[in-house]
Amino acid sequence: MWQRLLAIIVKEIQQLRRDRLTFAMMFGVPIMQLLLFGYAIDTDPHNLPTAVISADDTTVTRTIVSALSSTGYMKFTERPRSEAEANALLQQGKVQFVVTIPSDFTRRLVRGERAQVLIDADATDPLAAANPLAAAQPAIEQALRRDLIGPLADRNPKAGGVELVLQRRYNPEGKARLNIVPGLLAVILTMTMVMMTALAVTRERERGTMENLLAMPVRPLEVMIGKILPYIAIGSVQVAVILLISRVLFDVVTEGSVALLCLGTALFITVNLAIGFTISTVTQNQLQAMQASVFILLPSILLSGFMFPFRGMPNWAQWIGEGLPATHFMRLVRGLMLKGAAFGDISGQLLALTAILLVVSALAVSRYKVTLD
Amino acid sequence: MALAIDVHDLVKRYGRRTVVDHVSLAIEQGRICGFLGPNGSGKTTTLRLICGLLTPDEGGGTCLGHDLVRDRDAIKRQAGYMTQRFGLYEDLTIRENLEFVGRVYRLDHLKNRVDRSLERLGLATRQKQLAGALSGGWKQRLALAACVLHEPKLLLLDEPTAGVDPKARRAFWDEIHSYAAEGITVLVSTHYMDEAERCHEIAYIAYGELMARGTAAEIIEQSGLAAFIARGPGADRLAPKLRDAEGVTAAAAFGTALHVCGPDREALVRTIEPFRHEDSLKWEEAEPTLEDVFIHLMGRARDNALDG
Repeated sequence: MWQRLLAIIVKEIQQLRRDRLTFAMMFGVPIMQLLLFGYAIDTDPHNLPTAVISADDTTVTRTIVSALSSTGYMKFTERPRSEAEANALLQQGKVQFVVTIPSDFTRRLVRGERAQVLIDADATDPLAAANPLAAAQPAIEQALRRDLIGPLADRNPKAGGVELVLQRRYNPEGKARLNIVPGLLAVILTMTMVMMTALAVTRERERGTMENLLAMPVRPLEVMIGKILPYIAIGSVQVAVILLISRVLFDVVTEGSVALLCLGTALFITVNLAIGFTISTVTQNQLQAMQASVFILLPSILLSGFMFPFRGMPNWAQWIGEGLPATHFMRLVRGLMLKGAAFGDISGQLLALTAILLVVSALAVSRYKVTLD
Repeated sequence: MALAIDVHDLVKRYGRRTVVDHVSLAIEQGRICGFLGPNGSGKTTTLRLICGLLTPDEGGGTCLGHDLVRDRDAIKRQAGYMTQRFGLYEDLTIRENLEFVGRVYRLDHLKNRVDRSLERLGLATRQKQLAGALSGGWKQRLALAACVLHEPKLLLLDEPTAGVDPKARRAFWDEIHSYAAEGITVLVSTHYMDEAERCHEIAYIAYGELMARGTAAEIIEQSGLAAFIARGPGADRLAPKLRDAEGVTAAAAFGTALHVCGPDREALVRTIEPFRHEDSLKWEEAEPTLEDVFIHLMGRARDNALDG
């Protein structure tokens, strides 16, 4: 029995050694991912872009702004003139928070009336918003304790002098599922679409039908589009099912335009299929195609902002994330479903998806060969 | 007579290895040309070069009057190429496979054509079976039917009958002859000598080089080989003794008989002399077979390859 067992083991190892690509991926991919995700993922993101509208420029308000900044969570990047401008920034996802200090803030504080600071948070991702908001109140208290001395000592926030008003926009209850469900749309589509096309083409090669296909008068573009179209239909059904279940079971309702959602989704599905097709032109068998698909899928889950806040990642990881179609689609879907975004708010994401599509398609067409050379 | 295939000095290299080395081939329209040669001699590569699946590194020519490299699409439309491995979809039914091929070639009256093709194949009753469920012989006949669905002028068949039983092979060849009678040119690679003899002419390729061209009889005659047959008890046992002897190209046992051949009749006679006086054996001179010639050519080609 042991000898026969050994015979099989030796044969397996010999075969595995021949498949260099698989072998490399088995060791290279986990190491790379460990390093990539180990450094990239931060569930407690800092330096989140924040807009401040301060109509009251005094020592006290400056103290408050610098106190918020010194928590490390907020980085003041924008100074919008009006509330409308600030809202647009929040809507487009350019800032995570808007801090508003009313014009009569200092006056009210000195008079001993209730003075309010407003923080509007983009709470689509509750994880990214939670810690900064929690840190804001103690930071303001501590800073003002230093400033409010003498006759103003009793005006410090502990005594109820400064009130911090928090507003969690788009997801007032901070429900994780509101953020997860639209994100899942991106992940599920990436998973199935990339893999299905990658396998569809490598299967032809593995089963020996590719040679026959190439001997017939079909053009590369025809093969590519012909292989992709049926899966676009499948992807559309998937989307419909996911949206329906989200609505019925999770109460996730699309706030924005359904037509825009359809447009974005169709674009995203096409990009994924083009990626799958490209994978199939560089891999030799279905196993390799499978592994390569996982190679695309994992970053799409971990670096796209699906599982962990996008802004929590170091810059280099954000750059990788920007190159992933899932990142842009996720922003687009969250914008449309939760924030009720308009075309102008998501045009950037549509543009990014189109650019990725063009690059990947060009790669696929250049790699696909009409001959067997 | 017009030439269906007219290629010259085709060269194909993979890295430093030259798989096809200056092969020229001209085949008249309506002829069946057998393409023979040992394994790995470049038969498949040559066929792929001719049907536009590969681009030659050197050389060129025309196929059905179209340039091999420039008019690849035109060649693909008018030629049918049957791959060595079953190239249709095992998870489609017989009918679906034929319909697919028909649509790729944009054939009109698709249903009629497929019906007729199924009828001719004798598969009309089994058209809804998956192609993967067919036996080897039937798979090959289906593949052939798919190849001729678009009524090509040229058929390139790569070892179409490998692993197929004699009856199915015969049926397959009957079909090839009926296509040739309709004016289709056929270039078919094979390892079977009986199939080679069913061709109008033969091209023999070894180590990427074309070694012989002509009808079976011409090739045997040109070879200048001599052959002897010995019959009697124990004749077949002499084969290992004679195989490496001087002047012997091949010595093989056929049942109880022994067949020896060599390029030089006198040298061969000298070698078998010691065995000719055994009373139990009856020796007689024989015609060399096609197989003798090919083994002889193969040996010569190897010498050439080693010299080069």
